[in-house]
Amino acid sequence: MTFHSRIDTLLSIYEGRGREALLPILWEVQGAYGHISPEHVRQISHLLRVPEADIFGVIGFYTLFHGEPTGRRIIRVCTDPICALAGADDVLHRLCEALGVHEGETTADGDYTVEHSPCLGLCDYAPAALVSARGEADVALPHVSADSLLSDWDGQYFTPAGNDRSVLLKPMLRAAPETLAQYGNYAALRRAVTEMSPDDVITQVEASGLIGRGGAAFPTGLKWKFTRGAAGEIKYVVCNADESEPGTFKDRVLMEHRPHLLLEGIALAAYAIGTDKAYIFIRGEYPKATAILADAIREAETACALGERVFDSDFSLDIELRRGAGAYICGEETALFEAIEGKRGFPRMKPPYPTTFGLFGKPTAVNNVETLCAVPGIIAKGADYFKAIGSNGSAGPKLVSVSGHVRRPGVYEIEPGITLRHFLEAICGGLIGDLQTVLMGGAAGTFIKPEDIDVKLTFEDLREAGSTFGSGAIMVFNHSVDLRDVLKRLGRFFQHESCGKCFPCQLGTQRQVEILERLDAPRAGDSERLLDIGLTMTEASICGLGHTAGIAVMSAIEQFPELFEKEL
Amino acid sequence: MSEDDITLTLTLDGDQIEVAKGATLLDAAHLAGVDIPVICYHEATSPNGLCRICVVDVDGGRVLQPACVAECQADSKVETRNERVERSRRTILEMLNASVNLDEAPEIQAMMTDYDADDARFPDANLREHTVIDDNPFYVRDYEQCVLCWRCVQVCAEDAQFTFALTLKNRGHDTSVATAFDISMTESPCVFCGQCVGVCPTGALKPKLEWGLEQGWSAAELRQNTRRGRKRSPEDDDGE
Repeated sequence: MTFHSRIDTLLSIYEGRGREALLPILWEVQGAYGHISPEHVRQISHLLRVPEADIFGVIGFYTLFHGEPTGRRIIRVCTDPICALAGADDVLHRLCEALGVHEGETTADGDYTVEHSPCLGLCDYAPAALVSARGEADVALPHVSADSLLSDWDGQYFTPAGNDRSVLLKPMLRAAPETLAQYGNYAALRRAVTEMSPDDVITQVEASGLIGRGGAAFPTGLKWKFTRGAAGEIKYVVCNADESEPGTFKDRVLMEHRPHLLLEGIALAAYAIGTDKAYIFIRGEYPKATAILADAIREAETACALGERVFDSDFSLDIELRRGAGAYICGEETALFEAIEGKRGFPRMKPPYPTTFGLFGKPTAVNNVETLCAVPGIIAKGADYFKAIGSNGSAGPKLVSVSGHVRRPGVYEIEPGITLRHFLEAICGGLIGDLQTVLMGGAAGTFIKPEDIDVKLTFEDLREAGSTFGSGAIMVFNHSVDLRDVLKRLGRFFQHESCGKCFPCQLGTQRQVEILERLDAPRAGDSERLLDIGLTMTEASICGLGHTAGIAVMSAIEQFPELFEKEL
Repeated sequence: MSEDDITLTLTLDGDQIEVAKGATLLDAAHLAGVDIPVICYHEATSPNGLCRICVVDVDGGRVLQPACVAECQADSKVETRNERVERSRRTILEMLNASVNLDEAPEIQAMMTDYDADDARFPDANLREHTVIDDNPFYVRDYEQCVLCWRCVQVCAEDAQFTFALTLKNRGHDTSVATAFDISMTESPCVFCGQCVGVCPTGALKPKLEWGLEQGWSAAELRQNTRRGRKRSPEDDDGE
């Protein structure tokens, strides 16, 4: 087919759509051509009635989109802290050497482009890479080496998770996701739509004490109550599956193992707030989970558990899967809305809050994957059952992703109230080497020293200790780790992922990484500079990314002041 | 009583003041005769709360509030200039100064003096480097002086002209204002309305004549490059 007929056919699928179709279309073109050319942009502009300049701006915002030609295969190697421990820099170096390119370049024959990537959420399979081959589905690769990346691609990986007592996770014996038959045909949803009012559902969720698992820890029932009560006919449920916090992969495992648990949770949320439309916004770096969810949606629709007139009730639900394109900031709920709306993923000012002014300006309940996965159990077994697990302030099971120097990195379901020590020593197989520190909560988390690991893993105990569950990431570092190197990588991460909207974060993440890069020979006054930067980002930024972009560094200054002093 | 007539009372820097419901903290400060610095805010453009130089302390809250967009809350206690506020303003100015050439931004320089900002606070910092773009007869663009206030992009789009010649390119600290694929202004939809130049708070956007004079151009060069002083005749309309 000629260039024009191919792109015309591709675009004709989106005839009549508006700007909201921009990211899906850019994905189509990126996948087919390896980049989005000025001519493509002209055609997309005409089709969607979006200015060319705006489309160009959107392409440049998302790192998985390219405005310039790329190689037929784009290989992205994760170089964030956990993959770095597993030799990611070496993999990247050897790969570049083998191909005769520098990082970011394309081989002369046009076969390969090599890039580094922020955390791919495969920390239990470090080092990891994401490969995009022209015209093929993207694939995330575990345990990569330069050789494996240039020969056979085995995208098979399987994070074992769950045991007989776990609620959210199940002991999975194979890499295949749970089918609808194995899961059961959405009994909680059937019960809700046939026997319960939406308010009953909200009451149950409120009574359960469920609080959000995405990092902000907001009570889920209250969020739904606000959304249900907000004025307006059109409302939305949005599932935030843009899990991108370094060291975090619990949502990936949930989606890859138990897609129907998530879909049923979304359906219950939609029924509760009163909508027939929900979106799942999943990060572009999760191709496997994306494919699994797409299949699961079709499977559930066939079984009448989703789609028109669910279980012959008056409740209908369309779940649309939207793929992100490489922007950590889109995990921020309002930036996520902007991405679905086809814009650069800039966080909005709050208020107004999503419950009154969310996606497309409509009242929206936006919840994390793990949060929504907790709901079917609450509706099926009752709020008391859920509340009985954990502590007063941390009801229900909690998932954590553990990586680094433990014998069995992975995703674990814990009962809040156990200590970090017990978790590290008994649950994830014990430590490798002598513990230096734990980075709790992700790149935006805090460092915990060995003498403090008796802290209980609950929302309230961690808060009191000045720490946080955050995204549920637990990164473990023994004494072989150069913490300065870890800090540099965290600094690079935030510098790379700041959206650039507000000055404190746009400038602060840049100034922060400049200072962290010279940690081996710091200048006098660097810790004061870092504290001023960190506090300014925390107090004056627009969104949660900026508010937390200096937290780990400030925590390191407090816990390890010697790292910031000149070595004698 | 219509909704517009509803007022509320708050304390601003120790003084009780009454404002209309919906007034921003910046409105309240104006009313009280208190000066709050702004960089991105412009009365003719939609406020986006970007620069955060106008942040103030409301009730000692966890985070500071941008006065340009945050609405006054009844019975709140606002401090427009305390230690927290000063640290944020000073640090933002110092960080900005390390990234942007502020030589032609006298208002921002005055703020730096006012907040005791050290213009060498961040040694070895990466200045955002750009070469001057001179691609049309009306204005030049020197993005080394751009603070990313977004005003030009906004007036080019829905705030005024609906031309959509401009966008933001890349992200984070690497962001810059650009046309689609960096095409020249003459290839872009730009209609040379000049509104972007009018709202630019620094020397980033500058009329060509002013720039030419600074470059020491002769009268002939000015005529040639800016169309100034040329007689309007049909052949002139053909372009250069």
